[in-house]
Amino acid sequence: MTTTFEQTGPRTPVVESIRVDKLSPRSRLAGRARAIIATVLALISLIPVFWIIRTAFIPLNEVTAIPPKIIFTPSLEGLVGLLTDDRILSESALAAKRNDPNLSFVDRVMLNAGREVVGSSPYASQLVNSVVIAGASTILSVFFGLLSAYAFSRFNIPGAGDLLFFILSTRMLPPVVVTIPIFLMYRSLGLHDTHIGLILLYTVFNLSFSVWLLKGFIDEIPREYEEAALVDGYTRLQAFRKIVLPQALTGIAATTVFCLIFAWNEYAFALMLTSQNARTAPPAIPSILGSGGIEWNTIASGVLIFLIPVVIVTFALRKYLLRGVTFGAIRK
Amino acid sequence: MAVTAQALSSSAPRRRHMSDASLVRLFIIPTLILLILWNVFPLFYSLYLSFTNYSAIANKAPEWVGFANYTAILSRPSFWNSFITTGVYAILSVSLQTVLGFGLALLLRQKFWGSGIITTMTLVPMMLSPVVVGMFWKLIYNPSYGIFNYLLNPLDPRAATDMLRFPNTAMLAVVIVDVWMWTPFVMLLCLSGLSAIPDYLYEAAAIDRASAWFQFRRITLPQVAPLLMIAILFRTIEALKSFDLMMGLTGGGPGNATETVSIQLYRLAFQGQFATGRASALAYIVLIIVISISNVYIRYLNRLRGE
Repeated sequence: MTTTFEQTGPRTPVVESIRVDKLSPRSRLAGRARAIIATVLALISLIPVFWIIRTAFIPLNEVTAIPPKIIFTPSLEGLVGLLTDDRILSESALAAKRNDPNLSFVDRVMLNAGREVVGSSPYASQLVNSVVIAGASTILSVFFGLLSAYAFSRFNIPGAGDLLFFILSTRMLPPVVVTIPIFLMYRSLGLHDTHIGLILLYTVFNLSFSVWLLKGFIDEIPREYEEAALVDGYTRLQAFRKIVLPQALTGIAATTVFCLIFAWNEYAFALMLTSQNARTAPPAIPSILGSGGIEWNTIASGVLIFLIPVVIVTFALRKYLLRGVTFGAIRK
Repeated sequence: MAVTAQALSSSAPRRRHMSDASLVRLFIIPTLILLILWNVFPLFYSLYLSFTNYSAIANKAPEWVGFANYTAILSRPSFWNSFITTGVYAILSVSLQTVLGFGLALLLRQKFWGSGIITTMTLVPMMLSPVVVGMFWKLIYNPSYGIFNYLLNPLDPRAATDMLRFPNTAMLAVVIVDVWMWTPFVMLLCLSGLSAIPDYLYEAAAIDRASAWFQFRRITLPQVAPLLMIAILFRTIEALKSFDLMMGLTGGGPGNATETVSIQLYRLAFQGQFATGRASALAYIVLIIVISISNVYIRYLNRLRGE
């Protein structure tokens, strides 16, 4: 690309966009070296992620191999072990079971590891809890956040700066600090270890974030559109629904996804405010052990299932990541 | 902002003006009520508890003890230890992240084939759940079949240190994971700062035959500084709050080598004796520290937003 560039000459005036140092061959070489170093570093930083995928699919008897194996026949033992409760079979029971013609796929996978499926594990229901709680709290916090963001963006509210400041400062509190009184509060209200209790808490936890981020997005929509609509006889509410909402759709989508990730990943509140009924996946993952001591392939499967949605979403969100992690302060 | 609202209300009939004001109230009040119930009220409640000897599992009403909890905390070495641990952890990880993140941003600054996908790939770790990340790094650090020691010393992996077993290396292990997770965050902010530097500054410097070092010190660094500052402040606040990662990776151990203030707080409030009153006092001390740094951070954000 650079070569054609030199042959045809700059397409734009030099003062605008041509870096003088780009032209020397030495710095072109430096550019290539930079690209290589960056790629290598990025690949190194992905080793842990690769390792977790590897471990999720390695058969149980090869997990502890030394040196660590990279090439092996992938197996679903970890995944099945994660979602089921199983027990180790004796040699004779194993032989008898092998001859059983009515084995399901799941049974057969575990049989290879010398195990028998005896029921389903709590992890599946904990994942469901995570989905329900993250989903419901996200809907609520984006809804309330959108209303407040619109009000803060469009109207002259006395003390708006202080209010916004207060709203964000609630987000900065360490979770453990807020949990003690909320734990007591929930206990006396009967909200401890309930879905609704955690949903409301996550709603508030994400609300400040969603107000700040959405306000940034709404600020960017020209207010002339609404003013024109108001002149045409729309009420404020109609203008909000029919003009602002469609324009803010990308912003709403990005905010929703961020709130989902935060709620999905949240650990401290879930650890201290749930025990069984409403327990989500993050506090449950460290307690996955399996039936025969620490089964790393089972743990890795649990980790992998939990992480896949986040990785997909990160790629989908890449344009808005910067904005999201700085509470909408930096937009490019 | 004020002008438009006023202009609208003066030209519109009175009814609309009223409905605007009530609309604002309707839109903001639910948010404020939620924040007051779940944040403000609990804070006052725990302020009260911090002056009592209440325990959540004792069947006894809270008893007023004045400043006893605070003096007990401030005079006990184990509390100071957790503050020191947290401080060491914050300084080590934030400074490493700053240097590495800035360096990476300089590498990725000029676009090359595949630089977009590489940037996104490096960003993945920071979106993951710290406790889950801690859990899988535990496998990576495993002394007999983990890949960390194997990569450090492929010929004799068992000769390498078991990172999670000794106090100093355990702290280092936690810092490594935190740096792995959050360097991309610093990089992301630096990249945004770098892309905003106008090219003509460098052109002028090149024409003046300024050295690369001079360009870096006089152009790059000052231009990126505001965003770098945001990154450092944000990471410092998060490091002072850190809880999840240690819980997943070390559980605060070995001994109390990686026991941050948050973990100590958790143990005090929810394990053993459930010393709710004393834990609330500790929580308040942490709160004051975090809030004062957060204040600087939010004011800084507000200033950037205003521009």
